[in-house]
Amino acid sequence: MVNLTIDGKKVEVDEGSTILQAAKKAGARVPTLCFHPVIEPYAACRVCVVEVAFRGKNDLLTSCNTKVEDGMDVRTASERALRARRLNVEMLLARAPAAEPLREIAKELGIEKPRFPVKDPDEKCILCGLCVRACEQIVGACAISFIERGTDRHVSTPFGEESEACIGCTACAHFCPTGAITVEDKYGRKVIHDEMLLGPTTAIRVPIRQAVPMVPFIDKEACIHFKTGECKVCAKVCDRDAVNHKMEDTIQEIEAGSIIIASGFKTFDPRRIPAYGYGRFPNIITAMEFERLVNASGPTGGKVLLANGEEPKSVGIIHCVGSRDENYHAYCSRVCCMYSLKFAHLLGEKTKATIYDFYIDMRCFGKGYEEFYHRLLKEGTKFVRGRVSEISTLALTEKEEGKLIIRVEDTLLGAVRRISVDMAILAVGLEPGIDHNRLAKTFNISCSQDTFFLERHPKLAPVSSFSDGIFLAGTCQGPKDIPDTVAQAGAAAAEALALADLGKVELEPITAVIDDKLCSGCQICVGLCPFTAITHEKDKGISVINDALCKGCGTCVAACPSGASYQKHFRDEQIFAEIEGIFLI
Amino acid sequence: MSQEHFEPRLIGFLCNWCSYTGADLAGTARMIYAPNIRIIRVMCTGRVDPQFVLKAFHEGADGVLISGCHPGDCHYQEGNYKAMRRHKLLSKVLGQFGIEKERFRLEWVSASEGTKFQQVCNEFTEQIRRLGPLNLNGNRGEHHE
Repeated sequence: MVNLTIDGKKVEVDEGSTILQAAKKAGARVPTLCFHPVIEPYAACRVCVVEVAFRGKNDLLTSCNTKVEDGMDVRTASERALRARRLNVEMLLARAPAAEPLREIAKELGIEKPRFPVKDPDEKCILCGLCVRACEQIVGACAISFIERGTDRHVSTPFGEESEACIGCTACAHFCPTGAITVEDKYGRKVIHDEMLLGPTTAIRVPIRQAVPMVPFIDKEACIHFKTGECKVCAKVCDRDAVNHKMEDTIQEIEAGSIIIASGFKTFDPRRIPAYGYGRFPNIITAMEFERLVNASGPTGGKVLLANGEEPKSVGIIHCVGSRDENYHAYCSRVCCMYSLKFAHLLGEKTKATIYDFYIDMRCFGKGYEEFYHRLLKEGTKFVRGRVSEISTLALTEKEEGKLIIRVEDTLLGAVRRISVDMAILAVGLEPGIDHNRLAKTFNISCSQDTFFLERHPKLAPVSSFSDGIFLAGTCQGPKDIPDTVAQAGAAAAEALALADLGKVELEPITAVIDDKLCSGCQICVGLCPFTAITHEKDKGISVINDALCKGCGTCVAACPSGASYQKHFRDEQIFAEIEGIFLI
Repeated sequence: MSQEHFEPRLIGFLCNWCSYTGADLAGTARMIYAPNIRIIRVMCTGRVDPQFVLKAFHEGADGVLISGCHPGDCHYQEGNYKAMRRHKLLSKVLGQFGIEKERFRLEWVSASEGTKFQQVCNEFTEQIRRLGPLNLNGNRGEHHE
């Protein structure tokens, strides 16, 4: 430990600490610009200069990169330190008068205007090189550096051209203390709707606010460390050393008495309907993208904006995209009508746009839903009954120029209409989740015609699958909204608990039995049993069936050449009697 | 009995998990199909003993249908494959008895395929109607003891 004095106050800090750290501990405020805790200090801006009396000498030292030593007497705001700091800030201000944090520091120090000539009043870069050091030390890309000399010195990529070394991580912009580096879309878009679901976010994050467990994970695709091998800033700042970049995916085997499958859904990909122009024209977005757009924690902070950054003047919401359509999915996705109405309401709340809602039938089936629809009718949403045939940018009149033109048959008017809007929201339907087919194979679950998992009975066993102990919950079984999903999940949990509570499993009394008097021990049945329930007893010369393993398919019974094997309730005699009985009628 | 008024008598051995449920779906969905088929439920098509089929023909069936889960979908993993093999072998034996192989049919109908069950029943009935009565033991039309 090292003892020193900061502004007359005694402090004890770890060996190897900097004066800046000691000052922070002592509660003294030293302004900084080019300092960042995760990057090696460089003392470029010299704003953090302090006066240090040590070993009989009085020195002006930059606090960010000077290590503490025993007996130092540091004065952070002495007359001499302040004078030096003022001069430094004045010179920086003459270079970069538009840098906001610098202007704040200047204001604190009582500087109105620099005495030196200002070259560019819009300049923000103070040439501290924090971005260059971040690109080198954190990212490991070394894509930017200082180029030119003297008054022409500035930060740039080699030859000022697009650099191959740049990985587009935007760390330079993140670390820039004055906001001199900004990130722009290559195509000049202000809002990038189709990347809405990706950002704004970081490579290490908690998936959603309501996530269970509430722990962050590292997105390998986005993490700089997995691209360049550097960075690890998250590990540096984590006090508990909880970040582990070497962690691998593991397969865990868990023994369970029952399984509840709640594998959910994915949304319909509207690219499959080329006539709707999704992915071809700007400002056509899916419901999920709109959810992000309108979300207060989303990329635009909840503002509904077009790709050019302006607020839309008219918005069209198109229902049944991929649902109720023989070409895609014949079924109704159940949730789209209500979320579309919610969108219309939110649009009315957040914008002044004219809202068109194109529907086939308004399916407001739940508690309070119809009332909500009537509220929307009163709020002035323009409802158009009819399926949208096409969304294009083909303007016929000057008014339609630069707009999205929705062509729709208004079935209430009995006419085909052209409605031009700024933004179109596609209310995409629900489809079974990504791994649906693999899950169906793994758990041997049947699928109904709409490809969702089939329940054992629609009324009597709505949460059970055809396999005992496997239950279904949520949209993997069919499109449903959150209340219905919660209800079904509760029922599935209760079914699973009921099994656990019982402590034993009831078997169907249809197992196969081998009559030991008739069995010749030929072992044909042994090889046929898919559940290895039949074993051959060598000493007795017969085969026996394990009741607990037998599922009662009767394959062995049909194959037994000596008729020794029989299936309870499906004996040969019983089936023969059935066949005879049929022909009595 | 003339050909036009011939109503084939068909027996279907349906597995409990797929085809029987599929037939149930066809029923609950009020689909209309030829009423000629009589269904016997077995737990799995693997349970269908060749004796059952022979017995059915012997008792006066004009056609026998075995219907189970699609390959790979068997509730008992592979019972339907066993049925498939037996169907092939038995078809050969039936030919030797003078029973046309068209009278013995194997179909895969899943639990959701009510429409397919309807279609299979209609097709099979029409096929047998065209083939005419089997009249294996010469007592067609009379009451069998």
